[in-house]
Amino acid sequence: MQMMEKRSAVHEWKSNGLPALVTVVPVGLWMVLFIAVPLIYVVVLSFCSIDQHYNVVFSFTLENYRRLLNINYVRIYGQSILIAFLSTALCLLAGYPFSWLIARTKSRWKNLLYMLVIIPFWTNSLIRIYGWRTFLGVNGPFNNALTALGLVSAPLDLLFHRSTTVLGMAYCLFPFMVLPLYTAIEKLDISLLEASNDLGAHAYQTFFEIVLPLTASGIFSGCIMVFIPTLGYFYVADILGGGNADVIGNLIERQFQSGNNWPLGAALSIILILITLLLVKLYQRAGGDMKNLGV
Amino acid sequence: MRRKTKKMSQKVLSIVFCVCIYAFLFLPIVVIVINSFNATTSKPYLSWKGFSFMWYVKLLKNSVLLDSFANTMIIAACSTVVSTIIGTLGAVGMYKYTFRGKGIIDALLYIPVVIPEIVLGISMLTLFANIHIPRGMLTLILAHVTFCIPFVIFNIRARLAEYDLSIEEASMDLGANRSRTFFEITLPVLAPGIAGGALLAFTLSIDDVIISYFVNGQTKTYPLKVMESIKSGVSPDVNALSALILVGTILAVFVTQSNLFRNKGKKIPEVKKHEKK
Amino acid sequence: MADAIVELVNVNKLYGQNRVVRDMNLSVKEGEFLTLLGSSGCGKTTTLRMIAGFEVPTSGTIYVEGEAVDEKEPFERNVNTVFQSYALFPHKTVYDNIAYGLRMKKVPKKEIYDRVEQMMDLVQLGGFEGRYPAQLSGGQKQRVAIARALINKPRVLLLDEPLGALDLKLRKQMQLELKRLQKKLNITFIYVTHDQEEALTMSDRIAVMHDGIIDQIGTAGDIYEHPATKFVATFIGETNAFDGTVKASEGNLINVGIEVGDICGMGTDFAAGELITVSVRPEKVKYALLPVPGFSLVGIVRDYIYVGSVVKCIADLANEQEVKQEIKLERLAGQELPKIGEKVFLYWNPEDAVLIHNRDELFLQAIENVRLA
Repeated sequence: MQMMEKRSAVHEWKSNGLPALVTVVPVGLWMVLFIAVPLIYVVVLSFCSIDQHYNVVFSFTLENYRRLLNINYVRIYGQSILIAFLSTALCLLAGYPFSWLIARTKSRWKNLLYMLVIIPFWTNSLIRIYGWRTFLGVNGPFNNALTALGLVSAPLDLLFHRSTTVLGMAYCLFPFMVLPLYTAIEKLDISLLEASNDLGAHAYQTFFEIVLPLTASGIFSGCIMVFIPTLGYFYVADILGGGNADVIGNLIERQFQSGNNWPLGAALSIILILITLLLVKLYQRAGGDMKNLGV
Repeated sequence: MRRKTKKMSQKVLSIVFCVCIYAFLFLPIVVIVINSFNATTSKPYLSWKGFSFMWYVKLLKNSVLLDSFANTMIIAACSTVVSTIIGTLGAVGMYKYTFRGKGIIDALLYIPVVIPEIVLGISMLTLFANIHIPRGMLTLILAHVTFCIPFVIFNIRARLAEYDLSIEEASMDLGANRSRTFFEITLPVLAPGIAGGALLAFTLSIDDVIISYFVNGQTKTYPLKVMESIKSGVSPDVNALSALILVGTILAVFVTQSNLFRNKGKKIPEVKKHEKK
Repeated sequence: MADAIVELVNVNKLYGQNRVVRDMNLSVKEGEFLTLLGSSGCGKTTTLRMIAGFEVPTSGTIYVEGEAVDEKEPFERNVNTVFQSYALFPHKTVYDNIAYGLRMKKVPKKEIYDRVEQMMDLVQLGGFEGRYPAQLSGGQKQRVAIARALINKPRVLLLDEPLGALDLKLRKQMQLELKRLQKKLNITFIYVTHDQEEALTMSDRIAVMHDGIIDQIGTAGDIYEHPATKFVATFIGETNAFDGTVKASEGNLINVGIEVGDICGMGTDFAAGELITVSVRPEKVKYALLPVPGFSLVGIVRDYIYVGSVVKCIADLANEQEVKQEIKLERLAGQELPKIGEKVFLYWNPEDAVLIHNRDELFLQAIENVRLA
């Protein structure tokens, strides 16, 4: 029996041996070193505190988490979730019909249309958010046009509101909603719709009974891919919200830059991770497949 | 007749809707590009003073800005190469072999994709601070490789789903050993997936803001330089650089797209036929 | 065995607890066309892959050309495979696909060119050099796969259900072509299929496999006329199988009692009380309107199926077992066929029946005997 096992291990085609090691060790090592280890350290850090010189003191304390239960912080958590929710909703409401039209078109420009959605995604999001700020500013082209056309008497105050931030987030993350929806809609077998029609269903019935359930996976993926990043996009909240629309990301950024309180920042990060994990669990419960996440 | 007009109006509505969405998507880009031709010289550089190339000229003299762009390119190139190599090997290995710990590595790969970037940024910052690596180009590259690897792997995995493992067996059957098979068969067949992953990695690296923000130390990348300018008022030479990058990206996209079309194709190279005896 | 070019000795293959190949002993003669025939899961493909080197036997040894090959990788063996999915390299032209093996052996370019052109003519693919696999039809891909393997002049060619994906007409055509190639090149072919007609058409010898073992190995004629087990009898061609017990034997004439009556067959080495299966091919079954001595099979005619020059008659016995009978229309010579619902007496020439020891039941009976003793 010993001999048999030894021979199999050395020469079997699908065995573990040198080939497996060469391919898998680099990625395994890298991920452990740069993802697992730092995250574990962040957990540890969240239970530490700092001294007057801003050095980390390694003694277990729950002080950070206690602080984070303060109403001011909780208000921001609520605001973050609200902004994330609104951004996701906006992306979904605009993105679903859009994805539908692009995915179902029989035009020979279909590929081009798809690429046109992706191209902005390949340019710097920061500069594009700044483009919005320029556009919507008091002296910006939008207001200039409105006043010139006589539609308003005074420039509209559009910037630095929560809604501006929602717009910015939705704008940045729109492709992440469109991609999974597009994939799910393309897979939809059109003969199912024809069958539904044939059996007497109106358009809206077909939509709710057939289309929606069958594209649900795309919807879930898209929502997760928009909701979660929103919570961390501090620069969009800064540039378009001007401090009025802070998300959890802003809180974290502050602790690591000006605040210099890394343990507190770590604790905030843990809270963000927990929210993320909760949402991912909900996603999986609702039937979401992890493979559909990501690009 | 009613059905026909209904379909027509539906079609018109759809087109209008899509055009609006595209307009919305490209609006800020248009604003940026237009403002790069703004002949203005006074902050905050917003009022239109006429058409001019002056800021493109000023861009060439703005060494700080150009340096930051060079940094971004170097980091992107290095990150792409490293993450593509590690990612390709990893994707193939995880597809072919089963071993303990595969589930763990898989889970770790999902983390950068799902968790907000800021968490990755600060966690890598704490790592570098702890092992006393000075923040700069090196840490930027290490960080970029880290978030690129999962995307490369997922991209290749999509390709692997349609991959017929028996062509590797055929290669070995015909006399090629394992490494020969890898370079002659596995790699070329997976090339489109690898290229797609590499392109994605490159893009993610160039555009990265959040993670770079925390691990950059004093080094400025192009997005971080833009962020700095936003606080003080963006001078149109930044717009000019952005416009150029945009055009470059679009061209690159079209070039790679047409490459894809050529390979699928009816290319039939002529082979000289030996005279029949 | 001096003649054997491939030999398997006591080969076992386990996947976890599952024994896919059990104690297999096989000798493949040089230059023969041997087919491993069986339904899916019987271990035939696994056996082939072990010879090729893609699987390693759990125990036992495989010899190719007299040498034990267990330590050798696929690329070290002088054996080539034609894969079920063809496994053509999608990124290489037909020319490059075929030339691949020669390149690996570092054959000079000029020689490669000559040999590839020659091989392409042989498989009738001249002119396709620059095409890519995606541009080929199923039959063309098939021929590239065969050419790619044969060009390396292997001593043994392994074919894993190569014709499965082709339509019927093409399949028949390719069967003849493969046979022709094999004869012409005088290479040993080991062929795997689940299609018995294919096996019967092409093979010099057939090894019928079942549950990891070879039930019987022999020529098409041997297997058809003299099946050694019930499985082989029912797997190859159509047959009527009657399970029963030996009642008496007078010389070679054996009387067998089955559930619904008595039947006869010819055989030696059958003891009274033994469990037995009697296999009779439909074309050997006869009917009479009066009882026949030695037989008491009564059937009710249920259906007739006309298949050109032959009519198939299905009759039901008292225990609802079907008896299939094939009647050549020319033999009827004007006689009327029994009507549906009519009672007929079924019989046959005792020497046309094949008597098979009922192994599994034999074993159970042996245990029973031990218990009773």
